[in-house]
Amino acid sequence: METKEKYILQVKSKTENLAKVRDFIREIGSNERISSEITDKLVLAVDEACTNIMRHAYHHRNDQDIILKVEVKQGKVVVTITDFGEGFDPQTVPDPDMPTYMKQRRVGGLGLHLIRALMDKVEYQTIPNNYNRLVLQKNYN
Amino acid sequence: MAEFSTNTREIGNVSVLEVNGYIDAHTAPQLEGAINDLITRNKYKIVVDFDGLKYISSAGLGVFMAFIETVRSNEGDIKLAAMQPNVFNIFDLLGFPLLYEITHSVDEAVTKFK
Repeated sequence: METKEKYILQVKSKTENLAKVRDFIREIGSNERISSEITDKLVLAVDEACTNIMRHAYHHRNDQDIILKVEVKQGKVVVTITDFGEGFDPQTVPDPDMPTYMKQRRVGGLGLHLIRALMDKVEYQTIPNNYNRLVLQKNYN
Repeated sequence: MAEFSTNTREIGNVSVLEVNGYIDAHTAPQLEGAINDLITRNKYKIVVDFDGLKYISSAGLGVFMAFIETVRSNEGDIKLAAMQPNVFNIFDLLGFPLLYEITHSVDEAVTKFK
């Protein structure tokens, strides 16, 4: 399928930049005339993914790189997020059982659950000592 | 940069915490500070007024999770009120309606403490 548009944003891994990342996705949604309902889901999923990278891949170091590439193909948006921090195996992160979760007073771990719930397809690739790549796909037709 | 602010008002013995703007991993510590401030003043009956909130990510939801047991073990609660539909959808996705009382209006939430 032919790629219609490609957008790229590179930001440093500081939480101040989450607003910039959300604006970037929102602007693409507007340019591509994607519904606000679908755009909202993309915005949140990408925010959660970048937050996870800042916390878990870069361990709160705020001067590292995060690269976002967005392709809008016929009927789907594909967001590829690359970082150069520590990788992880998403298979080891189960979806939380919320009552148990609350009793354990856990604060993190909800992001990946949300990403899975919001997106149509989620793929994660880690190349040790090189890079991690998360691909989020949302169908909008 | 994400804009976020809080404001607290008292209705009887209930503290109403107004949240405005955007809650993400950058602004969530401000929310944490505001709830912590209530708890250190032994204010455990808390209604969060979401009317002015435009956006929340899981970093914000995690803050409510972090405090709820402490608040409930002190005969209080955190009730969530007046959410915009897009904000409610996120709470709903994570199963919060099973764990928290979520009301349409602040008044309704305050009344539930009486």
